[in-house]
Amino acid sequence: MKPIIELKNISKKYYEGKDNQLQVLNDVNLSIKSGEFVAIVGASGSGKSTLMNIIGLLDQPTNGQYFLDGADTSQQSQKNLSLIRGQKIGFVFQTFNLIGRINALKNVELPMLYTGAPPKQRAARAQQLLELVEMSDRAKHFPNELSGGQKQRVAIARAMVNDPSIILADEPTGALDSTTGRMIIDLFLELNRRHNKTVILITHDAEIASRAQRIITLKDGQIVGEERQ
Amino acid sequence: MNFASNIAQTLQNLKANKTRSFLTMLGIIIGISSVIAIVTVGDSLSVSINNSMQELGASNITVSLQSKTSSRSGLERTYAAKDLLTKVMIEDLRQTYPSQIDDVSLTLAVGNGQTTKGKQYANLTLTGVNPSYGEVNDITLKSGRFLSDRDDLEQRRACVVSDKLAERIFGSASPLAERITMALEKGAETCTIVGVYEYQASLFAAAGVSDDDIVTTVYIPLETASKITNQDGFSTFTIVTAIGVNSTDFANQVGSFFGKYYSRNDDYEVTASSMESMVETVQDMINNVSMAVAVVAAISLVVGGIGVMNIMIVSITERTREIGTRKAVGATNADIRWQFIIEAVVICLIGGIFGVLLGVAGGITGAILLGFTPYVSAAAIAAATLFSMFVGVFFGYYPANKAAKMNPIDALRYE
Repeated sequence: MKPIIELKNISKKYYEGKDNQLQVLNDVNLSIKSGEFVAIVGASGSGKSTLMNIIGLLDQPTNGQYFLDGADTSQQSQKNLSLIRGQKIGFVFQTFNLIGRINALKNVELPMLYTGAPPKQRAARAQQLLELVEMSDRAKHFPNELSGGQKQRVAIARAMVNDPSIILADEPTGALDSTTGRMIIDLFLELNRRHNKTVILITHDAEIASRAQRIITLKDGQIVGEERQ
Repeated sequence: MNFASNIAQTLQNLKANKTRSFLTMLGIIIGISSVIAIVTVGDSLSVSINNSMQELGASNITVSLQSKTSSRSGLERTYAAKDLLTKVMIEDLRQTYPSQIDDVSLTLAVGNGQTTKGKQYANLTLTGVNPSYGEVNDITLKSGRFLSDRDDLEQRRACVVSDKLAERIFGSASPLAERITMALEKGAETCTIVGVYEYQASLFAAAGVSDDDIVTTVYIPLETASKITNQDGFSTFTIVTAIGVNSTDFANQVGSFFGKYYSRNDDYEVTASSMESMVETVQDMINNVSMAVAVVAAISLVVGGIGVMNIMIVSITERTREIGTRKAVGATNADIRWQFIIEAVVICLIGGIFGVLLGVAGGITGAILLGFTPYVSAAAIAAATLFSMFVGVFFGYYPANKAAKMNPIDALRYE
């Protein structure tokens, strides 16, 4: 099976050529197949967020190549990268990043606004996703009327709305208590198993990482360990 | 992202910050309403003057003597008999252009003065006119008749007075066939009233003059005036052109016609100007003045625009994480730029609409208070609305572009 994500000799340097040059990623090679559930773990400053930003096309590597679905992403324009991001990747953040002025349903619809989907189709799809994350009864609620776990469910529904093949989750349980965190991980597992989504989870919580099929450990910008379960 | 979704989002944002949105719009509201109010008052004045001039006769041509050496107006000078326009010249003109001239109105100023009866007095100006004058100048008679050819030929002491004068001197009694004596600077003159006309205040009449002090005209036959003043010529007269004659072109022909009489006159020449061209000149002046004032008022719009820009910058800073999130879920730079430009345009447009409503109301009130018939220009409203949108684009572009260029990672990390 062809990998959906393939990183070849990826490096990321900040302040390149200056006295304060910082190498965050160093010669990272990583291949992730479609439908895998991968956890990336590592201490703070190990480069896991930078790696996620590169995989999520929010950032560009200094060196190396990144193939997404077989296509070299370095050849794409900024506009195309935005469009690919909207269609193929769903983001889930630690702090949910829901827009406070609009209700849960409208928050879920947000990625569809940029695909040009008509309003009725957006609303129907968002409602369907809220049902999937068991939040349909809160569709009209605003983020400040929801608990942390509920907010993250809405954020997961938002990540799924354009039916992306990859879900990128950056510390999705970091702001939640352990019980709620486990429920959120159950949801990711369900998306992975029942909806065949490739899930990449960044965490520093070993218990949460242990539920993934594959655990990649980063240290000082390099992959230092890989474990399959 | 489509246009309708952008508008819907913008309205949601404005609703979420009602006070801030209103205060931001206030600058635009004040700017647009000032411009519209000024233009409305200016247009109302212009239309009122136009209507008055039309009533006086847009097809009229005023022929007058003009000094070759001095720019002082004719009212301040006395003319030598050799310089004045004579009846012979005027008759020659009528014979030369019989099909173009419908009528000629001649006037001869005798002087200013007063007539009294007991303690009652009325100010007047005594003017000799030919029989056509009444029709040419739309004089409305309330009783009696206007001056006739026989009055003129026989140099009768007949006069037509205003209803204001008649009321002050004779009260409710009929003034017809009554004799009045008028004290003028050069002595007293007596005449018999044959008609009473309806006094109409001039658009240019001095404001604040009471009925006690207004000066109305007493008309006497031209030949009678000629005899009193011992003068046989005119410094000015009016031609009524026939239907279908282009009065501006004919005015030029009249000016050339009098060239043959005045080519050897070192002091004076004859100028002829149509009422139409005078109306245009006056309207141009009014339009220029109101445009100048409107431009000054438009400066407040620029201040309003700066306010919009300021709020947009604040709003973008507050919504940095939102911008990062939008970019993460697929928004392109252009999507973000459009979102904020549309937001600025909608703020300015709503402000513009309120400004137009307020400006129209203010302009109409102002025009009514100043005594003009209100006239609201649709073109000014359309221009103001479009200009408010332009202000939105102009002042919204910089903050919108700033938002569009944000690095999504930095934006997502923004605390």
